[in-house]
Amino acid sequence: MSQPTTQTSALSVAHPHLPQTTEPRPSVQPLDLDWALDVAVNTSAVERRCATLPGRRSVKKDYQAAWLLKAITLIDLTTLAGDDTAGRVRRLCAKARQPVRPDLLDRLGMPGVTVGAVCVYHDMVETAVAALAGSGIPVAAVSTGFPAGLSPLDTRIEEIRRSVAAGAAEIDIVISRRHVLTGNWQALYDEMVAFREACGDAHVKAILATGELGTLRNVARASRICMLAGADFIKTSTGKEGVNATLPVSLTMIRAIRDYHARTGYRIGYKPAGGISKAKDALTYLALLREELGRRWLEPDLFRFGASSLLGDIERQLEHHVTGAYSAGFRHAMA
Amino acid sequence: MTIRDIFDTLDYGPSPESETEAKAFLDAHDRRFGHFLNGSFTAPGAQMFATAAPARGQHLADVTLGSAADVDAAVAAARRAFPKWSKLPGHQRARHLYALARLLQKHARLFAVLESLDNGKPIRESRDIDIPLAQRHFYFHAGLAQLMGAEMPDRAPLGVCGQIIPWNFPLLMLAWKIAPALAAGNTVVLKPAEYTPLTALLFGQICREAGLPKGVVNIITGDGSTGAALAAHPDVDKVAFTGSTEVGRRIREATAGQGKALTLELGGKSPYIVFEDADLDSAVEGLVDAIWFNQGQVCCAGSRLLVQEGIADEFHARLKTRMAKLRAGDSLDKSIDIGAVVDPVQLKTIADMVAANTEGETHHAPIALPQTGCFYPPTLITGLSPSARLMQEEIFGPVLVSTTFRTPDEAVQLANNTRYGLAATVWSESINLALDVAPKLKAGVVWVNATNLFDAAAGFGGVRESGFGREGGWEGLLAYTRPTTATKPLKPVAAYPAPADPAPADPIDRTAKLYMGGKQARPDGGYSAPVWGPRGALLGHVSLGNRKDIRNAVEAAAKAQPGWAKAPAHLRAQILYYMAENLAARSRDFTDRLRAMTGAPAATAEAEVEASIARLFTYAAWADKLDGAAKGVPLRGLALALHEPVGLIGALCPDEAPLLGLVSVIAPAMAMGNAIVAVPGQPFPLAATDFIQVLETSDVPGGVVNLVTGAHAELAPTLAAHLELDSVWSFSSSDLSRAIETAASGNLKRTWVNHGRTRDWTSPAGEGRAFLEAATAIKTVWVPYGE
Repeated sequence: MSQPTTQTSALSVAHPHLPQTTEPRPSVQPLDLDWALDVAVNTSAVERRCATLPGRRSVKKDYQAAWLLKAITLIDLTTLAGDDTAGRVRRLCAKARQPVRPDLLDRLGMPGVTVGAVCVYHDMVETAVAALAGSGIPVAAVSTGFPAGLSPLDTRIEEIRRSVAAGAAEIDIVISRRHVLTGNWQALYDEMVAFREACGDAHVKAILATGELGTLRNVARASRICMLAGADFIKTSTGKEGVNATLPVSLTMIRAIRDYHARTGYRIGYKPAGGISKAKDALTYLALLREELGRRWLEPDLFRFGASSLLGDIERQLEHHVTGAYSAGFRHAMA
Repeated sequence: MTIRDIFDTLDYGPSPESETEAKAFLDAHDRRFGHFLNGSFTAPGAQMFATAAPARGQHLADVTLGSAADVDAAVAAARRAFPKWSKLPGHQRARHLYALARLLQKHARLFAVLESLDNGKPIRESRDIDIPLAQRHFYFHAGLAQLMGAEMPDRAPLGVCGQIIPWNFPLLMLAWKIAPALAAGNTVVLKPAEYTPLTALLFGQICREAGLPKGVVNIITGDGSTGAALAAHPDVDKVAFTGSTEVGRRIREATAGQGKALTLELGGKSPYIVFEDADLDSAVEGLVDAIWFNQGQVCCAGSRLLVQEGIADEFHARLKTRMAKLRAGDSLDKSIDIGAVVDPVQLKTIADMVAANTEGETHHAPIALPQTGCFYPPTLITGLSPSARLMQEEIFGPVLVSTTFRTPDEAVQLANNTRYGLAATVWSESINLALDVAPKLKAGVVWVNATNLFDAAAGFGGVRESGFGREGGWEGLLAYTRPTTATKPLKPVAAYPAPADPAPADPIDRTAKLYMGGKQARPDGGYSAPVWGPRGALLGHVSLGNRKDIRNAVEAAAKAQPGWAKAPAHLRAQILYYMAENLAARSRDFTDRLRAMTGAPAATAEAEVEASIARLFTYAAWADKLDGAAKGVPLRGLALALHEPVGLIGALCPDEAPLLGLVSVIAPAMAMGNAIVAVPGQPFPLAATDFIQVLETSDVPGGVVNLVTGAHAELAPTLAAHLELDSVWSFSSSDLSRAIETAASGNLKRTWVNHGRTRDWTSPAGEGRAFLEAATAIKTVWVPYGE
């Protein structure tokens, strides 16, 4: 496929992870309900594919180290807690700049690895932007009445505007689950279009809260509608639902991304969030993306892990790779 | 490659499984194996042959070429072990099977690595599928051994089982054979495939570790000649074979008339049907498990893709995209989908078949193949017509052929347009469509929205030229048992001879005609024969049917059977009751007829008529009571065992019970939805021809029951060889079992013959489950669910 002309904005120069630096930014498409709703997802079959995948692909030794380093660059290092403070967020940002001990990175021949982004609540955006100045690491803000998304629509939109004004380069919005559960697809689409517009140049990740959508078919439909409505990324979960990212949900969403790419030529990003805490799980997700979407998607402009504890496990695995001895958590700097 | 390079490419890299322990096992035997016979390994034999790792072209070990004398010794060992083993309480056999299951589990990785080395299959498959399923088979059958005494009190083990297994799932097929045989109390001699003997030999070692009594399991390695010697061995009571249809046919012929029980699990060209409302991505992924599982070397591989025309282009495009992601490589690499084909000979067969095809478009997956070893690329051939050779013949390799259909009916027609009938796959999101199509497919197993699901609790096996018998579940155990009823040699029953000075015929006697398609018909040959009473009275003439009458009768039956099978069981029951009513109304006539023909005392003749009425009641009762089952498989979903009619049955009726014998044969066939061509007992045929009037007055649809009188010896070979009949039964007192079993090999129809032994038609042995089982085939329908 020929690459359409790339528009370069001031934002994308500052933040090379953003999609618009390498891809034309997806534009809002008309709501085609015939296409969006006509989707078959066979749950048992999807589960079987996911269950067998870890047995079909494994990476070992240097390959595993390289894949895990790649995974680090795909992490949205996240803190979304009621007790977040400026100090806590500055620590997290320091960890984002230096996610792995420098001596380990040197021995792996990979100095300078950073995470993909730092993800915080609106109030912490300015702190995070300041703490990350000069690093090239973007700040993502969760928004729109995160996590439930039940505040008034105008305040949700205003929240986006303020976060963008505060320096957030990425906005993680939550959709109104009730629109999916009641089949009000037009409302879902309209809301997403409004969120996208409010984001301006900041790129927007649509959180579907898949654990609350009931069926994989609903996940597929919501994915398609959010993509039509201009989402740059689709994301599984807030991390606050009872069930967060799972492989079957991920397979359903990335197949929707594949269909959308085939239909429009746009590559939409994917972000599983919540519940991915082991290095081995991260490798499985990367393999799933590689198999179902291809190598291109395994870059920070098209894939992120929403995770807080994953990094710690990867650090331990990397030290094991370097030294041959199993590692301990306290040997690695905390966030 | 530095880590930074890999960071950019994100290649998978090599991920080898260790082969240290497998090598140690081979080295411990100096890489030279004898047989596992009578509890220990024999010294390597005079003649040896090599087994190799096809992924590497690397020699693994030499094994002994089993001679006829070796087979004799193994069968003798099994025979010696049989009395004690068969008399062990079920619980004791259960403990042995349990021990085998546990040991298979403890040595799981060793078995997996050895299997992948010897066969070439990906370690993922042996580790995650073959070996766990083999363990599960032994655990499940430990349970059947425990329960058999209580649940099957009137069944006994058969004796010594000769078992011959293929190279595609060496250990799993061993488990499918040995576990039920031992559970039922048999002893076994098993011959693994020439290409893949190693895991069977390791299993021999496990048997020793488990403390299995000597001689209960014997493993004889060898080639086709070893297998032939085993199958034909006079002291083998049962032959179980999994392999090609061609070899299965030879075994059918070689064992004909020997009185051996036989189960055959043969080839297939299984349809994989994708309807337009399916989850297409999942259906594509299903094909990876269908035709690229084990390099397509799977008897039930979904090798014939039938896709609805409107989505065909889209589906093929998605499939090609998926094919490009498959990874081929060394069988011990943990990141591959495609391993090696088992042997260079097999590789050449596949390549030659594909090269000879001139139709359609051939697409090879654009993926890297190892430079050495037996590798063939995953291949899709689209645009083939049903007449293309590759649409009809089993390739047994990673080659998928495809054609399109327009409607569900056409999908069924195309699916059934094959000599085989092992498995079928249906993809649709509509439960109505999927469950409507599943029963219409000629197959022993149907998977809905899934493929290649297996479990010990669910029966597996085919129809048509895919063989007969089921493996797994209670139905599989049944195939390793026999009824405990005692039988005696059956003496030929002769007609009464013509008197020296016959009386002239009654000028207005009734001419007994043939009955087919609901009409009485004169015999094609235009011959009839007199029927004489015991005192020389001329009772009438009976038509002498010939081969063309058989042909016509089968044609009529084939026309009637689909509708009859579809009729509600309640209706079939009503018709059988109606037959009983009409027979009862004419019981005096039939009593007189029986007395006149056989000279039996009045009470005996009356009793036969009464028993015939009762028998019709029995099968009217059974018509709606042979329940299927939902099997306890480890799956969120249903695995349904459905009793389906066999289809068209040809039957030679007993000579010694002219009326009861006829009724005993046609009634169970009718009750289960079959159509039947029956040849009435030869010496006393007039009760059967009188019975035509009962059929005519009882609303029996034309063609469901067809009667062709005549000489059993003349008609039996035609019936047995007829390629449209699905089964042939013989209770004739003529010595025909061998001829029938031999001729039945043509389309591998099921046979049920008496081998010259009696059956007491007036006792419980004359009716019931044995007849119902012969009149039905179990279809296992897998329906995973979940939204």
